[in-house]
Amino acid sequence: MAVAPIDTNRGLPRWLTLPRWVYVVAIAVAVWLIAWRMFNGRWTLPLQSAQLTPLHLWLNDVNAWVRDNRDSNPIFVYFFDGIREGVGAVGSVFSRLFVQTDVGLQLPEIGWLGVVALVTWLAAAVGNYRVAILTAVGFTAFGVLGIFTDAMWTFSLTLTAVLFSVVIGVPLGVWAGLNAKVDRVLTPILDFMQTLPSFVYLAPLALLFLIGPASAVIATVIYAVPPIIRLTAHGIRTVPPTIGEAADSLGVSGRQRLFTVLLPLARSSMVVGLNQTVMAALAMVTISALIAGPGLGQLVVQALQSLNVGRAFVSGLAIVIMAIVLDRVTTAASRRAQISARQADPARRRRRLALLGGTLVLVVIAIYLSRSVLWAARFPAAVNVGDALSTVIGDFSSMVQTSMSLITASLKDGFTFAIINPFQGVLTETPFFVVILVVLVIAVTVGGVRAALISLACLALIIAVGLWEDAMVTLASTLIATVITMVIGVVLGVVMGRSKRVDQWLRPSLDAAQTMPAFVYLVPFLGLFGPSRFTAIVAAVIYAAPVAIKIIAEGISHVSAETVEAAESNGASAWQTIVKVQVPLAASSITLATNQGLIYVLSMVVVGGLVGGGALGYDVVAGFSQGSLFGKGLAAGVAIVLLGIMLDRITQAAVARRRTRSPGTGGRVRFTTAPTPATH
Amino acid sequence: MATRFTRRRIIAGAATLAAISLLATGCSSSLNTSSTGAAKSACGTVKLAMNDWVGYTADAAVFTYVAEKKLGCTVKQSSINEQVAWQGFANDTVDVIIENWGHEDLAKTYIDQQKVAVDAGPTGNVGKIGWYVPPWLAKANPDILDWNNLNKYASKFQTSESGSQGQLLDGDPSFVTNDAALVTNLKLNYKVIYSGSETALIQAFRTAEQNKTWTIGYFYEPQWFLSDVALKKVALPKYTAGCDADAAKIACDYPDYTLNKIMSKKLATSGSPAAALVKAFTWTNDDQNLVAKYIADGKMTPAAAAKKWVDANPKVVAAWLK
Repeated sequence: MAVAPIDTNRGLPRWLTLPRWVYVVAIAVAVWLIAWRMFNGRWTLPLQSAQLTPLHLWLNDVNAWVRDNRDSNPIFVYFFDGIREGVGAVGSVFSRLFVQTDVGLQLPEIGWLGVVALVTWLAAAVGNYRVAILTAVGFTAFGVLGIFTDAMWTFSLTLTAVLFSVVIGVPLGVWAGLNAKVDRVLTPILDFMQTLPSFVYLAPLALLFLIGPASAVIATVIYAVPPIIRLTAHGIRTVPPTIGEAADSLGVSGRQRLFTVLLPLARSSMVVGLNQTVMAALAMVTISALIAGPGLGQLVVQALQSLNVGRAFVSGLAIVIMAIVLDRVTTAASRRAQISARQADPARRRRRLALLGGTLVLVVIAIYLSRSVLWAARFPAAVNVGDALSTVIGDFSSMVQTSMSLITASLKDGFTFAIINPFQGVLTETPFFVVILVVLVIAVTVGGVRAALISLACLALIIAVGLWEDAMVTLASTLIATVITMVIGVVLGVVMGRSKRVDQWLRPSLDAAQTMPAFVYLVPFLGLFGPSRFTAIVAAVIYAAPVAIKIIAEGISHVSAETVEAAESNGASAWQTIVKVQVPLAASSITLATNQGLIYVLSMVVVGGLVGGGALGYDVVAGFSQGSLFGKGLAAGVAIVLLGIMLDRITQAAVARRRTRSPGTGGRVRFTTAPTPATH
Repeated sequence: MATRFTRRRIIAGAATLAAISLLATGCSSSLNTSSTGAAKSACGTVKLAMNDWVGYTADAAVFTYVAEKKLGCTVKQSSINEQVAWQGFANDTVDVIIENWGHEDLAKTYIDQQKVAVDAGPTGNVGKIGWYVPPWLAKANPDILDWNNLNKYASKFQTSESGSQGQLLDGDPSFVTNDAALVTNLKLNYKVIYSGSETALIQAFRTAEQNKTWTIGYFYEPQWFLSDVALKKVALPKYTAGCDADAAKIACDYPDYTLNKIMSKKLATSGSPAAALVKAFTWTNDDQNLVAKYIADGKMTPAAAAKKWVDANPKVVAAWLK
């Protein structure tokens, strides 16, 4: 901040000193509106919802061919079935251990008491005693909610998926970390895996691997493996080169260098990757229920068929609890990895180990009990608040719906007529080449030439898959949802960033909003707003806002205390401090939050399709369940990815520009795992 | 660095120890081996696909209850999408689909070509598909139940989603629908809005009846929701054989569907009493609606609802088990 930027606009009135890009974008939008009026409804590339293009039909044929040859072609019989059986075998080890066996009373190898003791001890061993208590309470809560067995199904499938993710992800991550070429090839593939809505690959997956727990695990791995690859590679890459050189000068072999230098130093980054992988795996719980993955997701899906909001909520709550427990434990583990990377006091470590060794005896006793007495094996049915809770929630939800639905319906109408319809109209009723031109102008000014070229390629491909109009409808809803997300994000983020106490209060509900399966709150929303694009937008905002809030809060809280104090001592009011100091200095965080907000909103497009969002989201849902729309659904999935890549690259480029422009916040480089959206 | 690794190793060792101590105590929980659980009959395990509408759940619940309690079978339910479930016959993950709506293409693949499934006869339920309005609307404007008058009321059905046209609401995309073609071919001033899910559709009708708002949409019977809110069917031009041959030119009502059961070839030829039960299982639309209502509206568990119905209808059940 040593040199003040030279003010070329000295002398002009203040409102004219806006950045140049504002003018460019304004002009582009004006041209756009004129073109919309002039060519209204021409060259808009529409496609009716039952209408198909040759590409879609060809994909249908591929689908039919696979279905017909599934049980005769050796590729399927040996290769895909082999994978399925391998995954199934590993999965059944966990499910026998925690869920059920095939003999006698079908009790698992370890009953609930043993499971609680074991996971608590493990939490203490890899983390600390606080997360151990959290784990004990959390896992007992599954029993108290009356769904311990279902929770254990989810736990087992998550463990299986995480195990496979680690086995596949760590070697790939190491390779990508050591070899820049591999990294360059891998990154777009990982982006694709994370932005492709999981609904899209459910149908093909079920076709290749058939339905059941194994496919559920495979679907989960596809979605959950990217973070651990990325963060392993990142960890390896950020080992200071001097350390590597020092090792080389000692004459170590490549192997030794990897195992004794690089991997240990990358460990804390890898544990962060593990954390993200676990969270992503849990995000797939309800989705994998659609291809017969057992567990809590099944409960949510079943409860919703009978519009039983209460029961869906209870199961959703269990998913939230599991997510929070696993998140805190892995976070504590990564902190421990950092601490032990420095040096800890040897006496303390000895005491800790003694304590862990002592309590291990208790774990063994608990496991023994859980295998020999019934109350410790099966959670006592008498202790069950799940039913009562579900009744309360169900009653509350229908009360809110009854008393509010007229008001909320008019809110929906007002918003739709005032904002959604006009904006969507402009996007869908302008000729496609005008829209492309406007997007390019915006991309060049905000992001740069590279971002513009990528945008052009994405838009061209969207036209090629035949879904331009649907893509524009989806784009309209996505942008509106993102704007709302950012408004909420900035307001709450500022409040949270300025106050530690608000942060502590707000954070758990943000975590819950992110991990609660969207299916749970969709029914009350449908009651309030009816099936509409507005409902889809609200669902997306609920999911995306927490991320934006968290990132902005972090940005605000990292504005240096001296700067804020300086402003305050100069007599700035709280409002002035926020508007003139904190927000401008957190600008790069806000841009980053926009990027993540967009990606998260986009990951909810398919869920939106389930509640009247229409367009690409509906195409994907329909493609999953209707054989004749398979190809179109696949194409729609690709179109969503293309929109995602386009929006991501434009905003990423904007983030990069902000970083270089504003040294005020450039000091602290925030590592992001690129898009880490979680579908529900 | 060496010490750090020893610590790791100790923890890893301890974990392995725990695992070993577990295995050492025997391969199976002593509770399982010493169990006095019910002696298994010849029936074995039946894998039942659970499709995602409550009428299906009702069929499945009663079938499961009877198979488990009267025949000593173990029924494993797993919820699977309607069309995806058929794939389960090919790899032994599904034995029974207890309520099937048509799906000639799938029947061709799995029954005729791959020969992994067989038709186990009708369920006794007759499926109807069509356009429905909430009861208050049918009462206030009885002439709306004739499609000829639909255009007269189109403006009343306008919503934020359909713009200047009336909104015709569709539900779960996996269900059979000709609605878009019908609207075009009958020259109706309506726009089909795809709500995207069954849940969304039912909730929309429920709100419509409650707030007396104008709603028309795709629905079907038997469906539990009808015993909650008795939606009224709008008469479309009468169905005649072959009038739906060309999907793009359809201008007639949906046909009646004879719902049937599909079972895996493996189960059918196993001689299990469960196979006989699948074949014998038949009941009426009212029966199904009643059980479905217990589940959906009375918020009973499917098992409790099934018990209630079975206890009240011993004769029907006895006929299945003959």
